[in-house]
Amino acid sequence: MSGDAPRQPLPPHLGRRGRRAPLAVVGSQVSYEEEMFGAAFDGVVVRRFWGFVRPYRRLLAVAVVGVVIFTLTQVMVPLLVRYAVDHAMAEGSGEVALLRAIALGFLAVVSVNYASNITQELMVGRIAGHLLFDLRRAMYRHLQDVSLGFMDKTEVGRLMSRLQGDVSALQEFLETSIFAIGDFVLLLGIVTVLLTLDVRLGLLTLAVVPALLLVRLVWLPRARAAFLRARETSSAVNGALAENVHGVRAIQEMVREPVNYTLFEDKAGENLRSHMVASRYSNAMVPVVELLTGAAMAVVVVVGGSMVLDDALPLGVMVAFLFYVQRFFDPIRSLTLQYSIMQRAMASGQRIFEVLDVPVDVRERDSAQDLAPDAGASIEFRDVTFGYEPGRPVLERVSFRVEPGETVALVGPTGSGKTSTMALVKRFYDVWEGQVLVGGHDVRELTRRTLGRNIAMVLQEPFLFSGTIADNIRYQKTEASQAEVEAAARAVGAHDFIMRLPHGYDTELDQRGTNISLGQRQLVSFARALVADAPILVLDEATANVDSYTERQIQRALARLLEGRTAMVIAHRLATVRGADRILVLQDGKLIERGNHDELVAHGGLYARLYRLNHASFDDL
Amino acid sequence: MPLVPASARATRDAVGFDARTLLRITAMAFTHRWRMALAIVSTVIAGLAQIVIPGLIGQAVDHAQGLLGDAAVATAQVRAALWQTAWLLVAAAAVRGVSTMTQNYQGEAVGHLIAHEMRLAYYRKLQRLSFSWHDRVHTGELMTRGILDIEGTRLWVHTGILRMVLLLVLIGGGSAYLVDVDPVVGALALAFVPFVGVGATVARLKLRRLWFALQEELGVLTRVMEENLGGIRVVRAFAAQGFEMARFDVISRRALGIAHRRIAVFVKSTTTMTYAFFLSMTLVLWVGGERVIAGHITVGELTAILAFMTILQQPVRQIAWMVNSIARASTCGGRLFEILDLEPAIRDAPGARPLEAPVGVLRFENVSFSYHAPADGPPAGTADAEVPATLAGVSFEVGPGKVLGIVGPPGSGKSTIAHLIPRFYDVTAGTITIDGTDIREVTLDSLRAAVSVIQQDAFLFSSAIEANVAYADPWADRSAIRQATETAQLHQYVSQLPDGYGTLVGERGVSLSGGQRQRLAIARGILPQSRVIVFDDSMAAVDAGTERRIREELAEFTGSRATIIIAHRLSSLRHADEILFLEAGRVVERGDHAALIASGGRYAELHALQTDPLGHTVGPGTQERES
Ligand SMILES: Nc1ncnc2c1ncn2[C@@H]1O[C@H](COP(=O)(O)OP(=O)(O)O)[C@@H](O)[C@H]1O
Ligand SMILES: Nc1ncnc2c1ncn2[C@@H]1O[C@H](COP(=O)(O)OP(=O)(O)O)[C@@H](O)[C@H]1O
Ligand SMILES: [Mg+2]
Repeated sequence: MSGDAPRQPLPPHLGRRGRRAPLAVVGSQVSYEEEMFGAAFDGVVVRRFWGFVRPYRRLLAVAVVGVVIFTLTQVMVPLLVRYAVDHAMAEGSGEVALLRAIALGFLAVVSVNYASNITQELMVGRIAGHLLFDLRRAMYRHLQDVSLGFMDKTEVGRLMSRLQGDVSALQEFLETSIFAIGDFVLLLGIVTVLLTLDVRLGLLTLAVVPALLLVRLVWLPRARAAFLRARETSSAVNGALAENVHGVRAIQEMVREPVNYTLFEDKAGENLRSHMVASRYSNAMVPVVELLTGAAMAVVVVVGGSMVLDDALPLGVMVAFLFYVQRFFDPIRSLTLQYSIMQRAMASGQRIFEVLDVPVDVRERDSAQDLAPDAGASIEFRDVTFGYEPGRPVLERVSFRVEPGETVALVGPTGSGKTSTMALVKRFYDVWEGQVLVGGHDVRELTRRTLGRNIAMVLQEPFLFSGTIADNIRYQKTEASQAEVEAAARAVGAHDFIMRLPHGYDTELDQRGTNISLGQRQLVSFARALVADAPILVLDEATANVDSYTERQIQRALARLLEGRTAMVIAHRLATVRGADRILVLQDGKLIERGNHDELVAHGGLYARLYRLNHASFDDL
Repeated sequence: MPLVPASARATRDAVGFDARTLLRITAMAFTHRWRMALAIVSTVIAGLAQIVIPGLIGQAVDHAQGLLGDAAVATAQVRAALWQTAWLLVAAAAVRGVSTMTQNYQGEAVGHLIAHEMRLAYYRKLQRLSFSWHDRVHTGELMTRGILDIEGTRLWVHTGILRMVLLLVLIGGGSAYLVDVDPVVGALALAFVPFVGVGATVARLKLRRLWFALQEELGVLTRVMEENLGGIRVVRAFAAQGFEMARFDVISRRALGIAHRRIAVFVKSTTTMTYAFFLSMTLVLWVGGERVIAGHITVGELTAILAFMTILQQPVRQIAWMVNSIARASTCGGRLFEILDLEPAIRDAPGARPLEAPVGVLRFENVSFSYHAPADGPPAGTADAEVPATLAGVSFEVGPGKVLGIVGPPGSGKSTIAHLIPRFYDVTAGTITIDGTDIREVTLDSLRAAVSVIQQDAFLFSSAIEANVAYADPWADRSAIRQATETAQLHQYVSQLPDGYGTLVGERGVSLSGGQRQRLAIARGILPQSRVIVFDDSMAAVDAGTERRIREELAEFTGSRATIIIAHRLSSLRHADEILFLEAGRVVERGDHAALIASGGRYAELHALQTDPLGHTVGPGTQERES
């Protein structure tokens, strides 16, 4: 960097506290369709959701019957009390025998209530549980197949929130919609009973309902907006937290803690405020409902009381009315609540089915075959053009052929498309134009399994799973014996370091294997590919983080292992490359030179320049 | 990785509910004194208003009925009394409504406030906890704690404390009222309460255990899903979808089993509680009815008792929820406090001073280090078997304008040296000094600002390229960002992107090639112009030509700084003032390039491997032909 004016040596933000950092953000910045509360009822979502419920329709039927019986028995309770008051306890003519009979009847009703209650709750809980797991599984299963192009663009956290949060929302939806049936029945039951017991008093009492509905109508849209806002701010906060969790090392390294904390504080503060507002909305309805309940009771007391006084109404009916009024608003309240839950569920459902609908571009065709054992482990690119974004090809008209048993090296500047080439061999992506052939078959005509079995790959990024080292090495070939695992580890020179670890091959790796060094991770991921024992080996800078000495050991071991196998190797260090049978030179996605080391050096092109570069620094010693 | 060894977990689990955690959350709630006071007062008022209502209902029934038998009281008077009762009912309902609203709102508000405080504390704690701790903890686990556990703790105020108060008022006030009306029927009306209490307690313990088990299982499931999605390329590369699904299914089925058992326990306990309530009601109807017939109590009084029971039904049913919330809050709170109480192993020493205007003379004096030394918080206890030290007796000095090179086989401790300089870990023995001051005596912030480490697998943030470059100095102006990017040979690539510097890099930079990612990390590392700069194998994925251009551009920049370069390509190290050859944590050779070549040791061997045209270097293909 020119003009090296020594600047503020302290962390910049220590000297500039109070000023917002213009370029600081926390949380992912990928803009993303925040869910909107859509329609409360989306036919498509419900229909597809039904597809998941169908297997449990028997249980569901039982649950619904349970709900209905449960509700009806609940409606009966005040009726029985009324009957007792009017018939068994009538003034001056009390009948103890009748009372006992009624009490027995009561016992029967509440016992049925108990049985149906258990049934409904258990069934609903079970179905909802199954559903949660089924939906999650379906999504996860699908994600195993969707194209990498989609996975590259989508953050893991986003997918996880669909796999967890949205699935729970649908589960909740199912639960509440079954209970909503109960609420409906309860409401209908109460209204019917009230009107049958006494039409006039019934109508008068029910007069408060329109008032409630009116208030609810005004309240609902505002409340909904507040709830939505609360959910949005929550997901923003969680996103920022996730970043803090995953990037903590980089954050500490660059002393971003104070800046990020301030930004997080803002987000968390907004979250707090929006939740407070939402809570205010959800509780604002409480006094209204209570007041209306009080009003309805007052109506029963004044009107009903006068009617009883005038002998126009049995006392028991007044008592029953008082009981019903107390419970009257429960179903209305929960039904209106259900409306929001349903809306949320529809949004979640959309997000879930969106995942399920992500097209599987790279789909295994029905006609796909396994490679015949004698197919020959060749790789061929025919006029391949490929890119990640439309209009921006990364590879252009690339053609080459790797014969069985041949080792071909791929070199070129960074970003020239080497890794992309390897990705096409494995059919991580489909080509735009041209053809990639393995063993003489277009990769689109081959099964995934056969590609997996026939091509072992060492990725540029040595991703390891948490679990033991041995588990990682036998990732593909789970049946591999300890001896095979060790042989592979020895071949890549990893055996010694593994044996020095506290528990040898059974040492547990931390997430992404961060408790061993990057070079060691690379060796383990190399061993993983060797254990797979495939006829084709693809190495993407497999030894970039390894010293030349270790690298040579690996090459020596490989020489043995590669006998009869086909290999494609990407490397920057020319020592790694020059022993290959042939070298392909890529630049800006075009294959510009090919030949063996000597030919290319003689040719005097890019390869020769790269080769000399690597030595130039030594030449002038 | 479990945070707590499995055995410790089991015992803590078996102890059952954890009073200390609950007390602590409660204490947090009570720091919001006024809100809590208001909430509790409103809860009490709401409870009392509820107790009044059945009495009024009973009174109304008695009024209505009373006249039938006793014509002496004027009808007008009875009607007036009915009106009065009606107004009182409306008033009681209004009081109950407003106080319930206040109770709920304030309860929820305190919950949100606590959640907010915990969230901030948690965020900050995670920022501070040292690498050694983060190494051992899975990110999925940390996310669960940060989301679900905070939620579980938050609900305690509202569904735990306040509901308990309400229940106490209702049952306490209610029994006084009931006993006053009729001791026998009153006692029957409350008979269900002890059953429910006992049932709830039993259920509480079971639920808590199941809740624990479920959380563990879901944690594993989350981890498996996260790793699968994060490592999807590996999964695809090995066509391991089948294996992954099988693994998912095993855990998922196990979790479902626990979830079902949990639901069964929960449902059984709630429904049985409701049943107990209804049985009580049956007895009240029977015995109360007989007492009405016998003339001991009035129909109005019986109605009042039944009405009171109806009111009590809801809160008593909620005992089960309360139990759930007790179990949940003590579990969740426990798991949160476990982290909040940790003391970072690496923090400013008392009286640490900022490193002022550092020159950048870095010295390692006899430094030894082992990753298995105790980390944050209470000692892990599980001292692993004999593990050789990762670094042993490493000494060197590098000052402004000087370059130190480090080479060595994988695992020899190169990155570890880089990690020790900004105190990501503390040395086990020996000292590291900057400008003669032990780095443990200066503040962490100033130390880390003075040192810039460019990691071999740098973490990129999911934001714009410019925000990534300016990560260490978000105040940097455009020209500084551009200059750093140019130095790192990335400007050309960035400027031809449609969105230029505003282009978003995907998660961990997936949309960049390996070399582009490394160059972005280099730009980010040189932007803050730190005095000491460490390149930890940070050009491995960059081709030789680009690397040389970067090195040339950097020459001026590093000219006045202390530079450490860890590399495998020896051409990167040729100009170093001193080169250390590291093996198994020890410096086995040292000197400048020429001296090391002359001495003919390991370094010279490496050098020969990299330069000797076709000599004894063999590629796989060569062997292939030979065989
Ligand atoms: N997943 C991806 N999405 C979008 N662009 C990508 C993706 N992977 C690579 N690229 C772009 O494609 C080009 C070639 O990348 P790559 O094949 O990784 O290069 P190499 O391996 O030769 O360094 C680069 O410009 C890179 O930015
Ligand atoms: N976070 C960690 N926890 C435990 N051991 C570690 C950790 N990081 C590295 N190690 C071990 O310490 C040794 C040195 O690692 P490192 O310095 O990263 O090696 P390298 O020379 O390849 O950079 C290795 O044996 C590695 O397994
Ligand atoms: Mg690459």
